[in-house]
Amino acid sequence: MRHGKYPFVIGFLFAPVTLYVVFVIAPYAQAFQISMTNWRGLSAPQWVGFDNYRRLLDDGSFWKAVQHHGVLLLALPLITITIALFFSFLLNVGGKSSGGQRQGVWGAKFYRVVFFFPQVLAVAIIAVLFQMVYRPNESGLINGVLMKFGFDPVLFLIRPNLALWSIIAVLVWQAVGFYVVLFSAGMASIPGEIYEAAEMDGATKVTLFFRVTLPLLWDTLQVAWVYLGIAAFDAFAIVAVLSVDGGGPDGATTVLAMEIYRNAFVYSKYGYASAMGVALFFLTLTFAALTLRLTKRESVEY
Amino acid sequence: MTQSTLPPTPAALPPKTGDPGAPGGRGRKSPRSEARVFAGLGHIALAVWAVIVIVPILWTFLAAFKNTTEIFSSPWTLPAELRWENFSRAWTTAHVGRYFINSVIVVGCSTFGTMLLGSMAAYVLARYKFWGNRAIYYLFVSGLAFPVFLALVPLFFVVKNLGLLDTHTGVVLVYIAYSLPFTIFFLAAFFKTLPSSVAEAGLIDGCGHTRLFFQVMMPMAKPGLISVAIFNIIGQWAQYQLPLVLLSNAKDKWVLTQGIADISVNAGYEADWSGLFAALTIAILPMIIVYAIFQRQIQAGLTSGAVK
Repeated sequence: MRHGKYPFVIGFLFAPVTLYVVFVIAPYAQAFQISMTNWRGLSAPQWVGFDNYRRLLDDGSFWKAVQHHGVLLLALPLITITIALFFSFLLNVGGKSSGGQRQGVWGAKFYRVVFFFPQVLAVAIIAVLFQMVYRPNESGLINGVLMKFGFDPVLFLIRPNLALWSIIAVLVWQAVGFYVVLFSAGMASIPGEIYEAAEMDGATKVTLFFRVTLPLLWDTLQVAWVYLGIAAFDAFAIVAVLSVDGGGPDGATTVLAMEIYRNAFVYSKYGYASAMGVALFFLTLTFAALTLRLTKRESVEY
Repeated sequence: MTQSTLPPTPAALPPKTGDPGAPGGRGRKSPRSEARVFAGLGHIALAVWAVIVIVPILWTFLAAFKNTTEIFSSPWTLPAELRWENFSRAWTTAHVGRYFINSVIVVGCSTFGTMLLGSMAAYVLARYKFWGNRAIYYLFVSGLAFPVFLALVPLFFVVKNLGLLDTHTGVVLVYIAYSLPFTIFFLAAFFKTLPSSVAEAGLIDGCGHTRLFFQVMMPMAKPGLISVAIFNIIGQWAQYQLPLVLLSNAKDKWVLTQGIADISVNAGYEADWSGLFAALTIAILPMIIVYAIFQRQIQAGLTSGAVK
């Protein structure tokens, strides 16, 4: 084993490590440094300490964005996981059982394939698609129907208190299928005897779901919550493409990624944008740590 | 829908509080009708969601064949005729063809690079003991915890200073670098599970470390490599923010997501709506075909990160 080991190890690691340090580690490290400067890209950056962070505290659009992340963070996982759990339960345990073999409802395979498909599409493409779906006149998919029946068109993306929820709906539309497949994999590994025993004791489907499936799926749920939470902290592509002028109307759908992009590449406020990036980083970190702590509980061995 | 009329649970015994005189529970009504209602409602819910997923996509495909008048006056009808010229207009005039080919080039190169470099690093980190092994491993894996947006500003200047701004090379290198954490995390775990007896036999037979990797270990790791490759292809194909920042001034180098989003965002009232629908169709249809063929591998590949 020893012969020529080090040249080989170094040879194999050199390219990946170099690439990674140059394009990932170095920028991350520099982000903290730039966030302490008033750099605008032209002259040399000046050290301003925590000034950018102090300005963040008074920045209305920053707090709006943080608030939207809060809404996304609660709504996106809650809605997606509820729908996905319901569907995956139907698809895996909802049907009849024969010979101790749990079966899903009729057509389970078809549903799983269809539900998962949006996951394959790029978010930017989906955003364009839903721009058409949501269009405020008779050419929109939804308003075309509503207006045909004589209703007033719903201004999905234009009404400030509706816009964010319209965007959340699209994110749910895309995500549900992924979590149906994920939960299905988790449910498949629950032994059939447990369901059988519960049914012997007269458990209904609803009881089965809450007393058997849910506790045994806890670890997978936790993973799903973290994943969706991380998605809630991004949401750049969907907001940038779908919402009215990038986070509008009037900042009603803006997210931190959008503000970072705007400050950096439209206003050239590189120092300030980096400070927002650092804030986003700590928010994400806090969320991940909190979730893992709050959802920690004895996992059931089976 | 026939399922709902069948007796749902043959094994169901009466509940403890129930009538003890009904053996086997066959004659009992409540659990049966409860199950029937549940299955019925379930079917409706599933069908409704399937419609919600399919209809917007199908509607886009239909609209791609219409003209602007039809799109506005009768969004719900079939197109009066199949206007293929919408597609040729989208492909050439709106440069969707250019964007599509750019996406193929960029994702092809970057996925190949990611798989090559990622598996090399993962293999060495998983199966060789050397000083600094753990440190390098955690350096890579820590990348999973950082949002790309934290690095966006400095990354832009790193790429700019290397003279790679507005080039495909720059985008490819950045994609590879940001795909390495997950690729190495997943593949290192995979390489660890491979039996060491084969590797030892190879080394005794005089096979070098490099040959051992490419000719013995890579083929053995094929299932894992396929999962990660699919994960990377779909992730890199869907990228929007990185090309937006790194290719902003070179419109002829744009990738598909960026190009179509640009058509849509900048479309005013005079916009070519049918062309936009055709462009969307061009973006979505290949994904449906690929998904139809590799459906199982894609589901496994995309969920592989979460199942681990």
